[in-house]
Amino acid sequence: MEKFVSEQFPIIVSSVSKSYTTGKTVVKALDNISFEVEKGSLFGLIGPDGAGKTTLFRILTSLLLFDTGRAWVDGFDVITGYKEIRKRIGYMPGRFSLYTDLTVQENLNFFASIFETTIEENYDLIKGIYAQIEPFKNRRAGKLSGGMKQKLALSCALIHRPSVLFLDEPTTGVDAVSRKEFWDMLQALKNEGITILVSTPYMDEANLCDKVALIQAGRILGINTPQHITQSFAKTIYRVKNGNMHALLQEARHWDFTEQVYPFGEYHHVVIRQGSPEPQFPAGIDAGKIHPGIEDVFIDLMRNNEQ
Amino acid sequence: MSPLKYILQKEFKQIFRDPAIIRVIFILPIIQLIVLPMAADYEIKNINIAIVDRDHSTSSGRLVHTITSSGYFRLVDYSSNFNQAMQGVDNDKADLILELPQGFESDLYARKETRVFLAVNAINGVKANLGATYLRTIIQNYNNDFRVAVLTPGRFNDLPVIETTSSNWYNPKMNYTFFMVPGILVLLITMIALNLSAINIVREKEIGTIEQINVTPIKKVHFILGKLIPFWILGLVVITIGFLISWLVYGIIPLGSYLTIYLFAAVYLLVILGLGLLISTYAENQQQSMLISFFLLMIFVLMGGLYTSIDSMPEWAQWVTKFNPVAYFIEVMRRVVLKGSGLKDIRQPMLIMLGFALVINYWAVLSYRKRS
Repeated sequence: MEKFVSEQFPIIVSSVSKSYTTGKTVVKALDNISFEVEKGSLFGLIGPDGAGKTTLFRILTSLLLFDTGRAWVDGFDVITGYKEIRKRIGYMPGRFSLYTDLTVQENLNFFASIFETTIEENYDLIKGIYAQIEPFKNRRAGKLSGGMKQKLALSCALIHRPSVLFLDEPTTGVDAVSRKEFWDMLQALKNEGITILVSTPYMDEANLCDKVALIQAGRILGINTPQHITQSFAKTIYRVKNGNMHALLQEARHWDFTEQVYPFGEYHHVVIRQGSPEPQFPAGIDAGKIHPGIEDVFIDLMRNNEQ
Repeated sequence: MSPLKYILQKEFKQIFRDPAIIRVIFILPIIQLIVLPMAADYEIKNINIAIVDRDHSTSSGRLVHTITSSGYFRLVDYSSNFNQAMQGVDNDKADLILELPQGFESDLYARKETRVFLAVNAINGVKANLGATYLRTIIQNYNNDFRVAVLTPGRFNDLPVIETTSSNWYNPKMNYTFFMVPGILVLLITMIALNLSAINIVREKEIGTIEQINVTPIKKVHFILGKLIPFWILGLVVITIGFLISWLVYGIIPLGSYLTIYLFAAVYLLVILGLGLLISTYAENQQQSMLISFFLLMIFVLMGGLYTSIDSMPEWAQWVTKFNPVAYFIEVMRRVVLKGSGLKDIRQPMLIMLGFALVINYWAVLSYRKRS
């Protein structure tokens, strides 16, 4: 049974909880988390800073012990099978953690050799990524730009052809163009059959995942495909705009039909209270009904979780 | 091929790219070995003396001359007023006051005895002690000379006298550099080895690279060995530089064989590096590990028998020194360099160091955890 499940789901997390004690206060970093990731899929873990994403990553990469629950990666229990797991996973921590005093090539060589492989052997897998930084292969890693560092880190995490890839906030602090490129690379890796768990604080990146889990304050608020998440959202949302956006935000809070209002790009989004009639907006306001985006769903879910 | 090879490659590359480490390895020993032995001199010179001469006779003048020409004393005040001399002590200008009473010369000739008064500023204990001893010796010599010159030979040996003569073994001329330099060399190696190893793993923790290492299948033993071996080699290089300087600057060539010292040093370095790695695995940042290693070094140095003899410490302190690797190496170093001891003679400290090395390194491997 377990074997069958693991073949289909390289990552299984079952009721995992973890708390940290700092002084006298106990902080629940993860509160009864459960989810599975299907083989060869790109699973997004979306949540604000401090939601528990990194804790979860460190548990799954066998770096951190947890209090209760069980977790399997590629069929191995993360507690007892950590030795096997470490051979099969690639991990890119949120913080750049390669040797800054070694060159690009030396870093890659080092990680290849400790996995008892060579760059040549798996070159096809990293080619798309590494080719972009190869011209700088004799430059020290510390002297690379943010986007290049991230490409190097991904190359190093991939050099031993892992079956599961863990990417902890890979796009934080990276410019918009590099972010787009990075997600394209992930799509390509997915097509190689690699299962990818990626976390991000950016909700707009959720649409690029096969499945997303929204995590906040150590709890998972919802797991589904991005399409399903937006389709199943029952509330109506209008976007509003006028000459004085700041005043409009204050004003909109007091409308009878407003459940919630928040700035969203050049508009404000107004969530309509359920059961209220068709809203009548005051004159001078450019208002229109919209399909809720994934951000709208998350903002709603997070607000409910806080309450 | 063994992953250890790749780890070693990486460590060496990192060491040689760090200009600070290279500086520490080559410049530190040179400066320390040249400057420290000259400064850390047991002989005290330039003791400031104030002489109150109430006699102003030929004899008192000759005594003053003997004192000032000894090379140890600097006459800062010469008067016939004790209060003025005392003021010199109060102002820290004088370390000693010698008062020659009125009638010094006449008493010496007429009554065959006289008294002089010696006041010592004991703020600096060592200086006071040595200063008083030097001065007493000078006065005694003066006394003997006087007896030879003035008294009739017949009365000279009236009283039975036990005369002590001594000869200094292993360091006949009592050249302090011969026992200071090997000791300082030990401290130097200890300092470099302990500090370099203590900040190494913890630096990987700070930069975050350890996270990336921990998710790989690298074995703990390989990782620790990868940290240990490069510094072990560097330690032996530093010793070599140290011996080169000892030979070039001080002309010190061990009486015993270099091989004995290197064998002991090889084991000793394992102890010190293991200790550094142990600190490194427990500390969370470089500051913590620097503080801990500094604290240990302080104890090692002060209780290592370089500046104060271990035999004169209280019993509990002597027990503490039994756990001080520095004390063992300083002793072995002096024995081999000055006395020519061979491997057989240093078997016991060697075995103790081997024990230390095993325990500490095993502990370091155990305490390095890849998961928390």
